[in-house]
Amino acid sequence: MAETEPERLARLQTNLRRRAVVHERIRAFFKERDFLEVETPIRAAAIAPEEFITPFTSEGRFLAASPELHMKRLLAAGYERIFQFSRCFRKGERGRRHNPEFTMLEWYRAGADYHQIIRDIEEMITAVAVGPGPKDEIKYQGQPIDLKLPWPRLTVKQAFLNAAGWDPLATNDSLRFDTDFVTKVLPAFSPGRPTVLIDYPAWAASLARLKPGNPLAAERAEVFIGGLELANAYSELTDANEQKQRFREAIEKIEKERGQTMPMPEKFLEALPRLPQCGGVALGVDRLVMLFCDAASIDDVMAFTEDEA
Amino acid sequence: MEIEDVRKNTKIVIDGVLYNIVDVDFTKPGKGRSIYRLRMENMRGSGVIDRTFRSGENVDEARLDTQNEQYLYREGDNYIFMDVKTYDQHPVPGDVLGIKKNFLKEGMEVVMLMYGDEPIDVTLPITIDLKVIETELSTKTATITPQMKSSVVETGYRVDTPSFIKVGDVIKIDTRSGNYVERVSTGK
Repeated sequence: MAETEPERLARLQTNLRRRAVVHERIRAFFKERDFLEVETPIRAAAIAPEEFITPFTSEGRFLAASPELHMKRLLAAGYERIFQFSRCFRKGERGRRHNPEFTMLEWYRAGADYHQIIRDIEEMITAVAVGPGPKDEIKYQGQPIDLKLPWPRLTVKQAFLNAAGWDPLATNDSLRFDTDFVTKVLPAFSPGRPTVLIDYPAWAASLARLKPGNPLAAERAEVFIGGLELANAYSELTDANEQKQRFREAIEKIEKERGQTMPMPEKFLEALPRLPQCGGVALGVDRLVMLFCDAASIDDVMAFTEDEA
Repeated sequence: MEIEDVRKNTKIVIDGVLYNIVDVDFTKPGKGRSIYRLRMENMRGSGVIDRTFRSGENVDEARLDTQNEQYLYREGDNYIFMDVKTYDQHPVPGDVLGIKKNFLKEGMEVVMLMYGDEPIDVTLPITIDLKVIETELSTKTATITPQMKSSVVETGYRVDTPSFIKVGDVIKIDTRSGNYVERVSTGK
């Protein structure tokens, strides 16, 4: 018998209350550390062009797929520590861990690099941990997970050599990278601990700067807990020429593969020379709530998914 | 069809083999492309396999038709149905029908799912009323928890029923789970 809407919403109540607690604790965490909560547009004339992120359009504008560019424009104007909960939209992303409309938490710190941001992520997640049992130990889908700090760091190179037998820093093959990542590398992560995957191939740098002294690697990190990809952190690229070149390549690929014309984010590029050395991260709030609610599906931590909206 | 549009219960054909999609696991690593891991069950009844697809890939959706058929009789392991328009008869192996073979009454109409000339599945009503033809004697003592016992309905299917059910009663059975739902009428 299909579940009615009142039945579904009654079933979700415990999780939705816990979700509200997670939001409150995140705000408290950043307030204590003197971060300013900001808000940036959901509809914008230009967004970061990304080969594999398809944006929604709205009356000639794009719905935000991430608040990153606007937040960096604030940093470029002297805002040193900022955070934001923002609604983000990505077409076609629907599954147990995806809804096309979702909640992203981003924060940026002037003067920091990705190592500092990884420490922020560790502290934030352990500080907001909610649920039964001690805070540094949780259970997700039957698997006990030890959250004691620090979490193990693993380079992309080592993870791929171990699980897939090749080095993606030396070979630019994004198709093989994505497939092996999902089918081999991710399943090989230690299930009882978080994994911080660091130093992505330079060809997958996106908006991260390259590692000084190693042009094959980018200062980019991703955090995984219980098989959930939770956060993506960068030492932010501040070189406007290099950024423009990466955007141009992405715009060409998007034009060729999706037939979609994406404008160059000129206002962001104008601000970029003023961007201080900084680090930042985007964290999926829905997935963090899934972890703390021991929920197998994103549908169990949202009142109305795309199918119910 | 595009891989993006494949859902649970979509029917696809790969190398001439017809599959029903049991599960779609969608993963999108980092800034990478979408990866779809499909769990697919061979609809001719032999096993479940996993296959990985990437965004942009296509699969062949199986073109299935439905037609109204009448169930006639059973012959060995085959269940004989007749197209109500053309009077063509087709034998359907018990394996294809699964649990549903237990709820076929002679003369009943069903909707049959066809892949070309091949019957793939029949759609039954969610519940069906069947007469009890055999049952155990109920135990005397009344207890707080309802006692269950084993009964046999007119199609030969054996089902657990409450102890008050008697031969000749008509009972409602859920055709998805095969479980007793309620008594519809008493015998005699």
